[in-house]
Amino acid sequence: MATDPTAEMRAEVDRLVDAARRGDRAAFDELVRRTYVDTYTLAVRLTANEEDARDVVQESYLRAWKGIGKFRGDAQFSTWMYRITANAAATLVQKRRRRRAEPLDTVDEPIESALDAQPEAATESSVRMAELARAVQALPPKLRAIVVLKDVYGLPHEAIAEELGISVAAAKVRLHRGRKRLRDALFEEDGRSANAV
Amino acid sequence: MRCEDIARLLPATVEGTPVDLAVQTHIESCLRCQAELARYRRLLRALQQLRTRFLEPSPSLLAQTLAVLGEESERQAVRSVLSGRRLAYVGAIGGAVAAGATAAALLLVRSRRRALALAS
Repeated sequence: MATDPTAEMRAEVDRLVDAARRGDRAAFDELVRRTYVDTYTLAVRLTANEEDARDVVQESYLRAWKGIGKFRGDAQFSTWMYRITANAAATLVQKRRRRRAEPLDTVDEPIESALDAQPEAATESSVRMAELARAVQALPPKLRAIVVLKDVYGLPHEAIAEELGISVAAAKVRLHRGRKRLRDALFEEDGRSANAV
Repeated sequence: MRCEDIARLLPATVEGTPVDLAVQTHIESCLRCQAELARYRRLLRALQQLRTRFLEPSPSLLAQTLAVLGEESERQAVRSVLSGRRLAYVGAIGGAVAAGATAAALLLVRSRRRALALAS
């Protein structure tokens, strides 16, 4: 009888989580190996900065290791990590903003432009996805965080609001503003980018 | 209801959130608003696809992250040993105090008995 590889992988992650909750560092290290690319991708999407994303990844796993005993397992480990990463990224972005006193709308050079240079990414559809990724990165941090967590990663408004320290109503308002900005950025009236995504 | 009013509501309604009958009726009869709603739906689908478009971190990230975790584990172990020793010290001091108090009480009882014996 054929086995479901996704179910097998999930069961293996559950086993590792159980072991990590009992203090097994090797099991936790294996969880890091299996999830760090996903966590890094989310961190880049939230911070729009590779260096900051690296700091967020390290901080997130540190928090996860310290808190793994409290992880009840009623959510998937990946979802739990997304929430921790969102919180760590929000903390870091706030710190950076205070230190640099940079305006909210300032963003770093889009990271995903590097993908355009890759031959395998030069198909029409992937270039359009790169355009979307750049538009997301160009959003102000407060709007970007909500759009990424809700529309890309599918976290519920309540979880997002809790991790970002805002009300659910504020999260919804920011989401709608973010979507409107993306719509304006990707579907220009001249029709040049009307089929961008 | 004007298309501009509908456009403001579309970012919130794209996921299928229930809308007023007036809004629904307008969209069903307005090609411009239908096209706008379709744009938002395409945007949402594309955003969902970003989830599986992973970014490759530099090769050192994994090693550095594991090293940070290793340092934290060592700190935890040292803290655990120190707090264990602290408990042992507190226990030893407590035991010594209890033993001293018991000895003092015994001496007191014995001296009273002796005093009573001499008195009788």
